[in-house]
Amino acid sequence: MQRETVTPPKLEIEDLHVVFGQGTQRVEAVIGVSFALGGNECFGIVGESGSGKSTVLRAICGLMPIRAGRILIDGEPVQAPRGRAFARRVQMVFQDPYASLHPRHTIDRVLSEPLAIHGFADQQERVIQALGDVGLGPAFRFRFPHQLSGGQRQRVAIARALILKPEILLLDEPTSALDASVQAEVLNLLTRIRQEQGLTYVLVSHDLAVIDHMCERLIVMQNGRTLERLDASALAVHDVATDYTRALLQASAGYKWDAASSGAAFAKRPR
Amino acid sequence: MSVAAAPRAGGTGWRAWLTTDTPGSRLQARSVQAYLAWLGFARNPLAMLGLAIIVALILMAAFAPLIATHPPNVQNLRERLLPPGSEGHLLGADELGRDIWSRIVYGARTTLTIVALVTLTAPVFGVVVGTAAGYLGGWADRILMRITDIFMAFPRLILALAFVAALGPGIENAVLAIAVTAWPPYTRVARAETLTVRRSDYIAAVRLQGAGPARIILGHVMPMCLPSVIVRVTLDMAGIIVTAAGLGFLGLGARPPLAEWGAMISTGRQYLLDQWWVATMPGLAIFVVSLGFNLLGDGLRDVLDPRGADR
Amino acid sequence: MSGAAGAAPRPLLQVEDLRVSFRTRTGVVEAVRGISFSLGRERLGIVGESGSGKTMTGRAVLRLIRPPGRVEARRIALDGMDLLALSERRMRAVRGERIAMVMQDPKFSLNPVMRIGRQLVEALQVHSKVSRSEARSRALKMLEAVQIRDPERVFRAYANELSGGMGQRVMIAMMLIPGPDLLIADEPTSALDVTVRAQVLGIMDALVRERGMGLILISHDLNLVATFCDRVLVMYAGRIVEELDAGRLSEARHPYTRGLLNCLPRIGGGKAPLPVLDREAAWSA
Repeated sequence: MQRETVTPPKLEIEDLHVVFGQGTQRVEAVIGVSFALGGNECFGIVGESGSGKSTVLRAICGLMPIRAGRILIDGEPVQAPRGRAFARRVQMVFQDPYASLHPRHTIDRVLSEPLAIHGFADQQERVIQALGDVGLGPAFRFRFPHQLSGGQRQRVAIARALILKPEILLLDEPTSALDASVQAEVLNLLTRIRQEQGLTYVLVSHDLAVIDHMCERLIVMQNGRTLERLDASALAVHDVATDYTRALLQASAGYKWDAASSGAAFAKRPR
Repeated sequence: MSVAAAPRAGGTGWRAWLTTDTPGSRLQARSVQAYLAWLGFARNPLAMLGLAIIVALILMAAFAPLIATHPPNVQNLRERLLPPGSEGHLLGADELGRDIWSRIVYGARTTLTIVALVTLTAPVFGVVVGTAAGYLGGWADRILMRITDIFMAFPRLILALAFVAALGPGIENAVLAIAVTAWPPYTRVARAETLTVRRSDYIAAVRLQGAGPARIILGHVMPMCLPSVIVRVTLDMAGIIVTAAGLGFLGLGARPPLAEWGAMISTGRQYLLDQWWVATMPGLAIFVVSLGFNLLGDGLRDVLDPRGADR
Repeated sequence: MSGAAGAAPRPLLQVEDLRVSFRTRTGVVEAVRGISFSLGRERLGIVGESGSGKTMTGRAVLRLIRPPGRVEARRIALDGMDLLALSERRMRAVRGERIAMVMQDPKFSLNPVMRIGRQLVEALQVHSKVSRSEARSRALKMLEAVQIRDPERVFRAYANELSGGMGQRVMIAMMLIPGPDLLIADEPTSALDVTVRAQVLGIMDALVRERGMGLILISHDLNLVATFCDRVLVMYAGRIVEELDAGRLSEARHPYTRGLLNCLPRIGGGKAPLPVLDREAAWSA
């Protein structure tokens, strides 16, 4: 009798529940979210503020406690607390480039710290290499974050996430705080790195266009729940099941004056 | 608009090294920032005045034997209570004929010793406790803060009396009494900063890299607390000097015949009406030094405040 | 000016050769370097990235820039009245009553320790002598006009009790209560959720239309500006690099505008690398 070995998904989230606060402040941030992604895939999570999308990422990293549910990497459940081995496999890029780098550390220190924690020997070479990989020259090595623009800081954040050579990268709205032209550069950088290094991404955003550009599959979250699962190809043809997703799609196309409605006005492409 | 950069880079030598916008090492990077901070500080005339006073204090203490005109403890009863400007006595003589100027100069040493000892102990201890309490949270936080509250409740002078009663008078005991009651405010300041810093993304990032609490507290949290603590320390120093003088005044600090400004005021009290200089000169010295620390602290706050640190 | 009717009545706002500069430690930074435009009772969008000077332009019109910032212009005129020549006292009368500004985040622009109703009434009473009860009823009517369903409750509420969209609507109400001629909206919907954005814009749209006001919409979102406004000014490094009708955006000629249009990801646009702006030094000259 032959048994087929099935490769487990790279990352699998099973029925995740995250609750924080107590009593009157109790918030059910994530309610029963499940999804799975294979290696080298880019998976999108779309939602607005309060949807729980960033909380899902933080729960994966262990930055938020999980009330119920499982997180599996390559079929193995993660440990709580996460531990060093986890850090070598999963890393995260945060949304606000102005807040994700320590204001008093040089870029060199920001990048060598993870190497120091994990006992790497050739720190200097790796730091220079990491900076080069994200398109920043060695001149940036000893600058402080306040001397860098938003786009440059985000590149440093990406370099920091990559320096331990993880397999999975969690991206929490990585370009929301950036100008459109800088966003394009950073998205291209992320795409290139994913191709070159075979990484797996989970990309969280409120911007459907960004998700469509980067991801193959996505879920839409609202108020902590998964509202809808989609292939990115369905977005282009507006093949969506819920009104909310439709509203998101139309809102991303621009604004249109609608005298009839009570204020909620939606658009087609600009004339 | 341009991102903050060093002033016109270029030129040769150390100036270029300190104004480059492409530092070549961490040391150079830190030096550039320190130099910029210094330039900002130097633009504030009152702050520079404060710095000048403190530097003068330090020099006076260091070169006391060269600056004083007489040995501080030599009595000369024929010259007792001479007014300022009398021959050989710049600021007059006290009730035992000792030169007031010289006693003030040597007293600077005592003052500086007290300030240094308290500064090296109380704030350091306070910051360690505060950051640990703030970062670890939970039971550690509660226990540490309750202990802090207990120490905060001790009245400084009463505690000093208790120490003196138990251990005998002396500068060391005075310093101990002051330090033991001076650390709680630093704990609170450090804890408040830590609670804010703890929620930042950069702390989350380093946690995600597998760093332990010790590394995070020492390397990431404390540097963010330092500016407020430093400013607080300089502003507290004035209070510490006055407290030490107060202890000396009560006879709890320096033992006679040690020249200490507070003790000098105390013994000069009885001559205040007719020979005002005996008590007033050391009083002026305390005033000037306290003012110096206050101005320095204000200037440091303007420079160290995070207004320029991030955006 | 392209787009405006040739024989139109006097324009609502005229700006000629506006320059805004700041002295910093490292020298003089020029945020706005000589821009000119005029506005009728229409909607003008000013688009640019961070550092383009668009926010400073809005503030300069309201004379909100304080030293060390310097504002210089050949002319800034509202309905023919020269704003630069006014004393600060008279400018205060203009601000709010004739020109109003809505800013990005109601969390920061609404007073957190005053009830909403009080802020609305204050906005009214600063500019006109009305009794408290009259002011209150006008404030409630204004809240209804911005589609707040329970105006009494919001009147009594504090700013932190309101959602982002509601806060921004209150802000609009507060700014429009004195009945200004010109509204300057600086990124009014950037801090809001995407689905709320349309609603807030719709309200602004309706009110501006109804009152025949002029509107300047400042944003980094080219798409939004193109679909909301009648005319668009594109700013880069303190200068206007292009000015065109919103409907003709696809015919934009300046490479910066084209680059900005092309670099945005689009739904259904595929996974090919996005075209990246190749900034030329000539644009910042």
